Amino acid sequence: MTSQSQHFSEMMGQDNVRTPYVDYNAWFSRQDTARLSRKAQEAEAFFRRTGITFNVYGQADAEERLIPFDLVPRILTSAEWAKLSRGIDQRVRAVNAFLHDIYNRQEILRAGVVPIELIQNNDAFLPQMIGFTPPGDVYTHIVGTDIVCTGEGEFFVLEDNARTPSGVSYMLENRETMLQMFPELFSKIKVQPVSDYPKNLRRSLAACAPSSCEGRPTVAVLTPGIHNSAYYEHSFLADQMGVELVEGHDLRIVDGRIAMRTTQGHKVIDVIYRRIDDDFLDPLTFNPDSLLGVPGIMDVYRAGNITIANAPGTGVADDKAIYSYMPDIVEFYTGERAILKNVETYRCSEADSLKYVLDNLADLVVKEVHGSGGYGMLVGPAASKQELADFAAKLKARPSNYIAQPTLSLSTVPIFTDAGLAPRHVDLRPFALVSPEGVNITPGGLTRVALKEGSLVVNSSQGGGTKDTWVLED
Amino acid sequence: MLGKTAGGLYWMFRGLERAENNARLIEAGFRIALTRSTNTETEWKSVIVTSAAQQGFTAKHSEFNSTNVIDYLLRDTDNPSSVLSVVKQARDNARLVRTALTTEVWSAVNETWMLITELLKNPVPDTDLPEVLSIIRQQSALVRGALHGTMLRNDIYDFCRLGTFIERMDSTARIIDVKYYTLLPSPSLVGSRMDNVQWETLLRSVSAHRSYRWAVEEDYTATNIANFLVLDRRMPRSLAFCAGQIVENLDYLAEEYCDRRPSHDMADRLAARLKGRDIHSIIEEGLHDVLGTIISDVAALGAQIEKDYRFNY
Repeated sequence: MTSQSQHFSEMMGQDNVRTPYVDYNAWFSRQDTARLSRKAQEAEAFFRRTGITFNVYGQADAEERLIPFDLVPRILTSAEWAKLSRGIDQRVRAVNAFLHDIYNRQEILRAGVVPIELIQNNDAFLPQMIGFTPPGDVYTHIVGTDIVCTGEGEFFVLEDNARTPSGVSYMLENRETMLQMFPELFSKIKVQPVSDYPKNLRRSLAACAPSSCEGRPTVAVLTPGIHNSAYYEHSFLADQMGVELVEGHDLRIVDGRIAMRTTQGHKVIDVIYRRIDDDFLDPLTFNPDSLLGVPGIMDVYRAGNITIANAPGTGVADDKAIYSYMPDIVEFYTGERAILKNVETYRCSEADSLKYVLDNLADLVVKEVHGSGGYGMLVGPAASKQELADFAAKLKARPSNYIAQPTLSLSTVPIFTDAGLAPRHVDLRPFALVSPEGVNITPGGLTRVALKEGSLVVNSSQGGGTKDTWVLED
Repeated sequence: MLGKTAGGLYWMFRGLERAENNARLIEAGFRIALTRSTNTETEWKSVIVTSAAQQGFTAKHSEFNSTNVIDYLLRDTDNPSSVLSVVKQARDNARLVRTALTTEVWSAVNETWMLITELLKNPVPDTDLPEVLSIIRQQSALVRGALHGTMLRNDIYDFCRLGTFIERMDSTARIIDVKYYTLLPSPSLVGSRMDNVQWETLLRSVSAHRSYRWAVEEDYTATNIANFLVLDRRMPRSLAFCAGQIVENLDYLAEEYCDRRPSHDMADRLAARLKGRDIHSIIEEGLHDVLGTIISDVAALGAQIEKDYRFNY
């Protein structure tokens, strides 16, 4: 493997292997690659048998797919992690404070830090949440901040994912798989465990129970059902927490509380970890055609009789135009400078920026402000002339729908191929839990990797894979 | 437990039981077709009737031959009771109730689905049929073994078992009913070769051709076979055995929930119908009528269990 490319390799430094990878590299160089190939196949068979799969949207009767798993871990030192987790902690506190503020006094708008248009024109902003404070004053209970690295210690937040971040089951299963495949590695190298996540999640959710709850809070996971792309994760989390996995039709309102239909009658639920979008949550309040939600749940919520995690309306914070103000938002609410940097972002709604973006389209990444999952975006350097021209037309038609960012030189971590190690671009999604007890961040997170050589798109819906992520003990 | 979960478990195990029963029916039919050169049409028709698939089958096929019947019962996804359909349904239910299953049971069902979907991707040639049928039965045994070996004996287990025995009782009753005329004492036929083949087929459809010899120690006679399949509680597919298991599992539920429901009385009545009975009196009463009543009672009991434990609403 060479380190001649202009991209930062997290494993190979300028002249030698970077510190966090020294022990792993020593182990790896002693391995028989034929055996590793066999192990990789075994891992795939294991994932299939266990049903760790996802469904692809928009393909009728599509087969369930595996998210490819790469057996080379992504390794961070405890010092790198300490900085990252401090930054994430600061950021999720700021996001929660921001959400509370925009649904209440709107100080940040009055102070002119964030323009009011960004809230007014935001579909994710829910008027139903105005003047209401969720139990424990927590809006985003589970956050999956997307982070990229471009050089030694150079971390940037790419997205905040305050709405319904997914992928945590892969973080847990990847570690489980590594432990099964290479137990000897973990006796040689001390890695901080991730297996407490389900326990912490349950505790964190329970700590946000509404005041109407008496005794031990009953928690449930609300899923759209077995055909949802992330169903595996929903059932995995419910199973690991030891709570019921419910669908909308299992729930109804009984005496002003949300209750689930059990074999012995209806049982009250105190906290719902919902994995369905705001729009489908309550047909009486939002999309009237939704069969996935619970009619009337918003009334129960506003009466303070159920906790919904994450709170409706948190999607405002995921807006990519809001994102561009995040350093100011952090400073506004915490009084400190943001520890984690934002990627430089051009708001196409501003005339100067739009001109710059149009002039430099071939070098930029352009995203829809409400988009997610890598859809609807333009990667300038990878686009054809025609694609650039088409996108320029879209930009001119609706500039405020887009933001642009420079093409980042994402770091690489090697993946295992039949030809040996090969560098591929990665990102990182650590998972943070927020409750009145504080912010809990699991060391590591989900590393997503673009399996295609040179590709910068790591999304599983577009051919990305995952890696186990290690934070070393001190 | 969620009502939906109870329903998912119940239907998951009904599906697995049905897959296994279908495999057995095909095996028995295939055997008789091999050993006979002519008139296999009646035999294959009775296989279709037994699996309660006549309407759907005749809508698609005009001829009851082995190719049509085997394909319809094994692979046809238009047939909601084909092995492929019920295994898919069982696996969907298993995903639905994933949190109620041990890893062992879930992996066994998921693996069964992967394997059988692959096996039944194309029509199964006669040469491969015995192996395919044997794999279907083995996979069913694998899931059952995982259930017995790893699951807590609680309400989850009870709903699994209820699904199994409701389905099995229905299936055994249908098998006897379709062949009941061969069990009626008819002096002109007794001892003929025809009888023996028919009776052996009947026993084979419930995997009992060997256990019959061990348990009954007598030659095939109509009353002995009828007695074995209807009343013998040693025989794990007999009606009396299934009824006993249903009552037992419902009793466990009543104990765990401290509550008896209408289904408990229905199950008791169903079991009482078979308890302490003499096969001669049943034959006198009219075997076909008795079986018809049992089939409808089992269906009604299944529906009552769904209601009592809030599977759907």
